[in-house]
Amino acid sequence: MKKCLIVDDSRIIRRVAAKILFELGFDPDEAEDGQKAIEAARIRMPDIAIVDWDMPVMDGLSFVTALRKMPGGDKPIVIFCTADNEVHHIERALEVGADEYIMKPFDSEIVRSKLTILGALD
Amino acid sequence: MQPSDFEFLARVLKERSGLVLTKDKGYLVENRLMPLVRQTRCKTVADQRQAGQHGDADLTARVVEAMMFKDTGFFRDWKPFQHFRTVVLPNLLAARKAKKNFRILCAGVSTGQEAYSLAMALDQVRDQLDGWSPEVVGIDLSTSALTFAGEAIYSQFDVQRGLPIRMLLKYFLKDDDSWRLNDVIRPMVQFKFWNLMDDLFPLGRFDVVLCRNVLPYFDMQTKFAVLQKLSRSMTDDGVLYVGQHEPLSGVSPSFQAVDASLGVYAPQRSDAAKLPPLALAR
Repeated sequence: MKKCLIVDDSRIIRRVAAKILFELGFDPDEAEDGQKAIEAARIRMPDIAIVDWDMPVMDGLSFVTALRKMPGGDKPIVIFCTADNEVHHIERALEVGADEYIMKPFDSEIVRSKLTILGALD
Repeated sequence: MQPSDFEFLARVLKERSGLVLTKDKGYLVENRLMPLVRQTRCKTVADQRQAGQHGDADLTARVVEAMMFKDTGFFRDWKPFQHFRTVVLPNLLAARKAKKNFRILCAGVSTGQEAYSLAMALDQVRDQLDGWSPEVVGIDLSTSALTFAGEAIYSQFDVQRGLPIRMLLKYFLKDDDSWRLNDVIRPMVQFKFWNLMDDLFPLGRFDVVLCRNVLPYFDMQTKFAVLQKLSRSMTDDGVLYVGQHEPLSGVSPSFQAVDASLGVYAPQRSDAAKLPPLALAR
């Protein structure tokens, strides 16, 4: 089962995303900020990371930047999932190493289609 | 809704569009027609039926319009579009090198996403299409869907279903909460009001036809007729894409499967001098 790390300070969003990803065949793990996500990735590097932008302690951009520098951190598929939907936000996320970008609100169809595009679904 | 109202609406829809309404779709009729009921003087579905029976052609057309299925998406199902990009498009570029033209039909184009997906795929090989005049034609029976398609302004939800984020940035302009297709891609598609039940010859011949997620709404007889028309409107080496869960085996002798799992078919021709199908990797 592919491992998925959901990084979001909203417990509700983490729960919704985890449910969607579990139903798509992933093993979801959760972190409430970028720092906790780095710790989680050190223990178990995910196959996919779904990352919010604004979070306390460490934001999504800093997390993805740090993740990409970790040993094996170039491997995970990174999808930003955020309410920040301006073009410059999207461009910045791609610059630091995101593979895709979901603008909140989202549903299972959007998550499925993004994972399909990235070849992460069988 | 009375059973007689449902039967009337189902008959009108079948006659005008070929679409079949089964009895379990009663809720759908109510949901789709209530906005129209509010817009018109008709107070109920039964009133609309009365107006239709008394020759109110405009209202009948609006009823049919309201009942059309418009669900679609950019690069819907993804893999068939990958097949187009990696197999069919290179074959087209080689096979049509002399005349520098090929034509693509999106039958049941609805709000335009699949047609524009093809246009974006063509733009990705723009450097190889210098001097070419490829055409993408989208046809549909819904005027409101065609108007929407021509305007090409999509919601945030629409552009997230199937469209890679880099293509969103490249081909769309953000306009408040909407995304407007740019002036490079939008003019690459022509939209026409056309009924698949009618003759397709006036549209000319096509090298590639997409008729995805349309056939399931037809009964067997209509499917057979539509597939025959589509086959006759295609080049001998042409390729047809239907939905991935719409096998044509046993439905029509007009096509043979190339890759049924992707909904890829080739026209069945009886003559021996057959061109190699565009749908096969070479």
